[in-house]
Amino acid sequence: MILNKILKNTFIVIIFGLVVSACATKKTSTSTSAKIDSQLQGDVYIGSDTVGELAKGVPDRVFFATNESILTTKSRDTLRKQAAWLRENADVNVVVEGHADERGTREYNLALGERRANAAKDYLMTYGISADRISVISYGKERPVDPGSNPLSWSKNRRSVTVKAN
Amino acid sequence: MKIIKILTMVFIFFLSNTTISFSLIEVDITRGNINPLPIAVSPLSQDIKSKKISQDSLNLEDLGLEISKVIENNLKTSGLFNPLSKDAFLQKPDIAHLKPRFEDWSLIKAQALITGKVLIENEKLKVEFRLWDVLAAREMLALAFTTVPSNWRRVGHIITDKVYERLTGEKGYFDTRIIYVAEEGPKTQRVKKLAIMDQDGFNNKYLTLGNELVLTPRFNPTNQMVTYLSYFKNLPRVYLLDIETGIQEVVGDFPGMTFAPRFSPDGKKIIMSFAKDGNSDIYTMDLENRIVEQITKHPSIDTSPSYSPDGKYITFNSDRSGFQQIYLMKSDGSDVKRISFGNGIYGTPVWSPRGDLIAFTKLHKGKFYIGVMRIDGKGERLLTENFYQEAPSWSPNGRVIIFYRETKTDKKGEGFTAKLWSIDLTGYNERLVETETDASDPSWSSLLSN
Repeated sequence: MILNKILKNTFIVIIFGLVVSACATKKTSTSTSAKIDSQLQGDVYIGSDTVGELAKGVPDRVFFATNESILTTKSRDTLRKQAAWLRENADVNVVVEGHADERGTREYNLALGERRANAAKDYLMTYGISADRISVISYGKERPVDPGSNPLSWSKNRRSVTVKAN
Repeated sequence: MKIIKILTMVFIFFLSNTTISFSLIEVDITRGNINPLPIAVSPLSQDIKSKKISQDSLNLEDLGLEISKVIENNLKTSGLFNPLSKDAFLQKPDIAHLKPRFEDWSLIKAQALITGKVLIENEKLKVEFRLWDVLAAREMLALAFTTVPSNWRRVGHIITDKVYERLTGEKGYFDTRIIYVAEEGPKTQRVKKLAIMDQDGFNNKYLTLGNELVLTPRFNPTNQMVTYLSYFKNLPRVYLLDIETGIQEVVGDFPGMTFAPRFSPDGKKIIMSFAKDGNSDIYTMDLENRIVEQITKHPSIDTSPSYSPDGKYITFNSDRSGFQQIYLMKSDGSDVKRISFGNGIYGTPVWSPRGDLIAFTKLHKGKFYIGVMRIDGKGERLLTENFYQEAPSWSPNGRVIIFYRETKTDKKGEGFTAKLWSIDLTGYNERLVETETDASDPSWSSLLSN
């Protein structure tokens, strides 16, 4: 009978444990997803983490949707700022580095990174920056900025980054 | 040509292929094998004088025993054989090699038996071996060959190939090497080097220092050259590396990134992607006359080309339908047709050396699959599913696929390890291929001795 009692108690403890842990899980998942929502539009990253500066007040990177190389309104805004700064600093050349997230095959992602870098380059050119001042390089998925394997990390890695070449 | 010389062993077939017919043993490799064949690999016998030489020159206590272990390990990894423990062997190696007492071997349930003899003389290693059918009490195969003593592991691989061929009716894949990318360091700053090793993971050697990023190495048909992508001087270009001399050269003079290289089946051309102004198309370059030809001309991404074994067709990866899919075309770029129509996206098509199948990577609902389909796109079969894996490469007999897989090592998904894995075409016998470091992008050589 003692055994029976022990088993009963254990059972209660287990149930209690389940309730507590269920609550805990729910709580974290809501707060995490709210945090992600505020940083993603569709699946394009709109937060400021990892974003550096090409010059003061000029963000250095733009982000892309999965498998896409289309520039968002925010990306075009960033690139116009880059173009304006480059027009004022005519001696500066840049490299546009195109990147993909890890959710694709290596060779396709190299091509995709090149396509993204060229989308940014083309936009800079339409705002008056000559092609010979902009070179492009694709790193595919080889140089993630965020090592995580989750939608938020991937969104930060789908990017093209404009860096000074000289 | 030094490596060629070393690689090409001198075969002296002085014993004959006896009793081809009426053999009782047969191994079926077309299905997953639930009953691997029990086989006894007797240590190869060695006389005292020769033993002394191999102890001194190779630092091996018992060369004959070591070679038999190489064979056992190969047979075991194939999944088709069950090598029996040597503790149970009743007969001495030298006597067994002359004439096995078949009752002794059938007592320990062996159905096949390998015996042999090694001799080191005048800096040459002479090896002979015999394969016996224990139940039928007869010899199935007997061969001998001579090589340099340092090649002793290859002797084990060649013996395995001969045994495999005799028992399955198909060429083996053991006397082969794997070229791959050795990886180290955090994901954001990964250091990658080209590395080469024997198919069983031994004799590992690094071919580059890790100063620049390198990706996707692939052998030429004679296994002397490797083509790969290098970020040397921060210019991603296709390179050619002579394994023997270590000389590297950039392939062609393209004003942009070249990537995804492979050799044509005759080894005379390299086929690859060239990316310019946001568009990737497929090109070939003739290695002799340096003539460059554009094969695809389409505003979408065309990449990962792979020739059919007869060189008449090319399979490749394109997103011209909107997403990555697998396509087929004639080798001049005509008659393009899509062959992958299943759910999900498809990449990295690789034509089987037997010609009838294409291996691929598929991404569907957040999972990566390695699979095969017939060349008409029908008969899709997924061999393995995981969080992240890609880059299939065929064993030279088309029976095994090697690929790489990344496994998360913590719950947040930040730690990870990349390793090589192999799986049989049947979908069975999935195995980790041990490497010193993390590893990716494996490419399987053809048979070194043929």
